[in-house]
Amino acid sequence: MSERRVIPIGPYHPLQEEPEFFKLIVEGERVVDLEIEIGYNHRGIEKLAEAKHWDQVPFAVERICGICSTSHPFAYCLAVEDLLGITVPERAHYIRMIIDELQRLHSHLLWLGLAGHFIGYNTIWMWAWKAREPVLDLFELITGNRQHYAMMKIGGVRRDIKDENYPAIKKMVKELYPTLKMFAKAVNDDPIIQKRTKDVGILSKEQAISFGVLGPIARASGWDIDVRRDDSYALYDTVKWSVIVQKEGDIYAKILVRVLEMFESCSIIEQCLNKIPKGDIETEVRDIPAGEGIGRVEAPRGECFHYIRSDGTNRPIRHKIRAPSLMNVPSNLVTVPGYTISDAAITLAAVDPCYCCTERSAAFLKTGKKILTGEELVKLSQEKTEQLKKEYDKK
Amino acid sequence: MIKEEIKRRLEKNIKDWVVKNPKRIYFTIESKDLKETVKLFYQKMKLRLSTVTGIDNLTNFELIYHFSCDKTGELFNLRVFLSDRDKPEIDSLCDIFESSNWVEREIHEMLGIKFKGHPNLTHLLLDDTWPKNKYPLRKDYSNE
Repeated sequence: MSERRVIPIGPYHPLQEEPEFFKLIVEGERVVDLEIEIGYNHRGIEKLAEAKHWDQVPFAVERICGICSTSHPFAYCLAVEDLLGITVPERAHYIRMIIDELQRLHSHLLWLGLAGHFIGYNTIWMWAWKAREPVLDLFELITGNRQHYAMMKIGGVRRDIKDENYPAIKKMVKELYPTLKMFAKAVNDDPIIQKRTKDVGILSKEQAISFGVLGPIARASGWDIDVRRDDSYALYDTVKWSVIVQKEGDIYAKILVRVLEMFESCSIIEQCLNKIPKGDIETEVRDIPAGEGIGRVEAPRGECFHYIRSDGTNRPIRHKIRAPSLMNVPSNLVTVPGYTISDAAITLAAVDPCYCCTERSAAFLKTGKKILTGEELVKLSQEKTEQLKKEYDKK
Repeated sequence: MIKEEIKRRLEKNIKDWVVKNPKRIYFTIESKDLKETVKLFYQKMKLRLSTVTGIDNLTNFELIYHFSCDKTGELFNLRVFLSDRDKPEIDSLCDIFESSNWVEREIHEMLGIKFKGHPNLTHLLLDDTWPKNKYPLRKDYSNE
């Protein structure tokens, strides 16, 4: 038996977009144990929500995650509506579903790109992120933002989708189909992807149930759960779609579930666009009485859970949030050990831990004056690429 | 139906059975009955632990175990009150399933509730240098 050594990954590591600490305990090339340490990104949003007005909370919880940003305010609004016992207008339901499914598309494409990057297959990374860009452009068109759409509101949605924007959505979805088919074919045909992901990082159904994993992780292990169908919210029970389930539980199954789910999302968006009626987009809510409510939403990573309690004042006295990654990440404890170090990167990434990436930034002076605009930053970045290229050419 | 089955099997232990709407059912049990109830839910009835909410009510602590029935979409919310505010304790569920491990660690550091039998009741989100006996989600917490 070879000697045990420790390989620390994180808290800050080039492979990770967010700080988290993994301690791989290895014997030679084989990982025998894993320790996970989190908390580097804790911002105390549950405590913060207790100090915010009911209508301010959606903005706070939207900032929990930069990828599944609409799932949190969605679940929160459903929780408050559950407390109130109200329903929202039909049009608002459909708008919520369209935003939710568009978000799933961009989140799964982002993950697919990262997965390609982690196995050293950067072509997939470039392709997937190129396909993701039109989805983000669409968000900008509909909501004004590429991330943090601020669409959800207690009682409905904050903004309508304009009639003139329908063709753009339809066009995007239509153009995405061939790209998705290409991904599905690539995953099925490519021998390198199969070698790297089949029979790696297996999570059995029993383990999945014990760890209580959610979303695509559970469905890739043969556990058929999806809140959209099981505890149907909005109008998911009126559109035709199916829950994608694979039995194997390995990384390959997790890729396949996500790729196939994107087809379902496209189909849901198309059906919503055909069915969406004209009318109001919100039910007016004045006071929140004392009581409690629970909202559940199927985020791209699994069930997102919000519990709220009111004492009749203008703030929640308790707001419990459980994001899906809290249940998914511990499953690494059984999926990483037993495989090699080189498999650890993709296995750790396969649960799609919530990486936050905002693509636009601006630097501010303390006085609040902007010193660099987005265009200037892009220009700087392009100049650096040019400079590196020249250095490379000289060699 | 699963609602009736729970009501029938736990008839003696259940207090305050409230069906808020067909998908959201709330009820209270004694903390000593928790483990038996959870075993019944998880092993016999195949319910899934969604999460646990801990609440400081100033006079006591309240834990709500949210169990999801994924076949019917019902959510069974099992309430437990811990009246001893100075030394709140309850049985850990870690020997039944893994999913309660991190959830219990989070409640422990945020509200100071001890989970008896937990294998690793250390800080999950807060830093190790966080002062002892200071629990941020308690209502009497102050920043000083």
